[in-house]
Amino acid sequence: MQKEIIIAGFGGQGVLFGGQVVAYAAMDTGKEVTWIPSYGPEMRGGTANCTVVIADDEIGSPLVKNPPLAIALNLPSFDKYEEVLAPGGTLVVNKSMVDRDAKRDDIHVIFVPCNEIAEEIGDKRLMNMVAVGALLSALPEISLKDVEKALEGHLPARHKHLLPKNYEALKRGFEAAGEPVAAG
Amino acid sequence: MTRELWKGNEAIAEASVRAGLEAYFGYPITPQTEVLEYLSRRMPELGRTFVQAESELGAINMVYGAACTGVRVMSSSSSPGVSLMMEGISYIAGTEIPAVLINVMRGGPGLGNIAPSQGDYNQAVRGGGHGDYQPIVLAPASVQEAIDLTVLSFDLAERYRSICMVILDGSVGQMMEPAQMPEMQPVQRKDWEWATNAKMGKRERRVLTSIYLDPIQEEKLNLRLIQRWKQIQANEVRYKEYFLDDAEFVIVGFGTAGRVALSAVRTARQRGIKVGLLRPITVSPFPHEVIDQLAGRVEAFLVTEMNSGQMLEDVRLAVKGRVPVEFYGRMGGVVPFTEEILHEIERITTSKLSLDENPRDAWFERMMSSR
Repeated sequence: MQKEIIIAGFGGQGVLFGGQVVAYAAMDTGKEVTWIPSYGPEMRGGTANCTVVIADDEIGSPLVKNPPLAIALNLPSFDKYEEVLAPGGTLVVNKSMVDRDAKRDDIHVIFVPCNEIAEEIGDKRLMNMVAVGALLSALPEISLKDVEKALEGHLPARHKHLLPKNYEALKRGFEAAGEPVAAG
Repeated sequence: MTRELWKGNEAIAEASVRAGLEAYFGYPITPQTEVLEYLSRRMPELGRTFVQAESELGAINMVYGAACTGVRVMSSSSSPGVSLMMEGISYIAGTEIPAVLINVMRGGPGLGNIAPSQGDYNQAVRGGGHGDYQPIVLAPASVQEAIDLTVLSFDLAERYRSICMVILDGSVGQMMEPAQMPEMQPVQRKDWEWATNAKMGKRERRVLTSIYLDPIQEEKLNLRLIQRWKQIQANEVRYKEYFLDDAEFVIVGFGTAGRVALSAVRTARQRGIKVGLLRPITVSPFPHEVIDQLAGRVEAFLVTEMNSGQMLEDVRLAVKGRVPVEFYGRMGGVVPFTEEILHEIERITTSKLSLDENPRDAWFERMMSSR
């Protein structure tokens, strides 16, 4: 088994941490995993992304040209990754920040209003967790429970009080992915 | 022991601490800065020495001074910063003292960029500084290997009184992977027979220097360095093999280029192509012998690098013209995708290859005609 995931959005949307949460869950469930960020000047406000590769065996390339899975938290990322996603792949799109429908019909595009859901939970910063939850619906190798355990196990003690809302965000994202909403 | 998710640069820093690093001197530069940043917290916490020098020149000369006393000492930098250190490295080599230097390589030449590159291969393995010497150079491809080789680099540096460099492209430094840290070794002040460690009066006076005004004496040093180098070559070659048992074609690649090649080799194998991978871990000393043996039984080699074909020349030296050696490289901070290497595997396994053609020229022509 090997799965590659790209998570992309504006700097500050929690792109890198979203990827790390998936990486921790993969590690804790005994898998091999690589997490690699784009680390150029784009960290200062431009479009940031990270690539997570999950596998049973030693991982070769930590980068991927045509990922089977991606999260696009903003419109530039939707434009970029809809184009390169592997046929049959799944793209989670933050509906709150895009104003168009999907162009391709050979991929699954899941629109989730991540910002609105996060705000309903009471913290707009949880938007990345909503998206990760939605991604898990297309990543059977990692369960919602695995990610919850990873957060509990690796979040610094001073952030532990945030766990319940993070769990809720993941769950709401996962559920929202089950009921695709049209864009626009 | 449990695995933790470590970022390459921070893993190297913690590994050096656990290997008994007593003094670190450095200067910030991307994509290496996390090594320095991590140690700026960790070293004082343990009562050890951390100095952010005024420049890379300052840092390497502080390393030189500390190394003379026999303590475990290290610096780290990235390509342009390592260039600035070359004078000091040559002095350290000429003084026959152990020191560890980490180079998290970035795109170049010049100021270049901060993207991953392997463009400093020649500088590292040929020495880089002036005069006759050869450093030990280790090339990790993963975070775990970066940890293990950092620890090893201190042992090798001391065993051979040599500079030991760890070269990794920026992506290994920035990447996170699960890895295990070694146990914490205590700081050991070994009483080396050469160390100038302020024990005047208790033993005969020692002198450490890299100046030998009498050419006959300098030549004696040169011969001593070669003698030590021959031991290094005999004892310290390291590499990793993948699918080589029945391979008809062999890819040679180190660091990230080697990792990407592994993905391509796996896909090619699924398509029934008998291709394997040799990933050098010590790029100096270079694994000539295993390539020499492979050249006697395979059809062709493909060298992949994130530079314009620097290790390629070492592979050609080992193959000695017996079978074709082909090349594929990306430069300037571009990391090749698996598909590119796969395309090259398909090219070398389906087309007639020439023994006479210069692989670098041929690659350059393909590069130019494809854009």
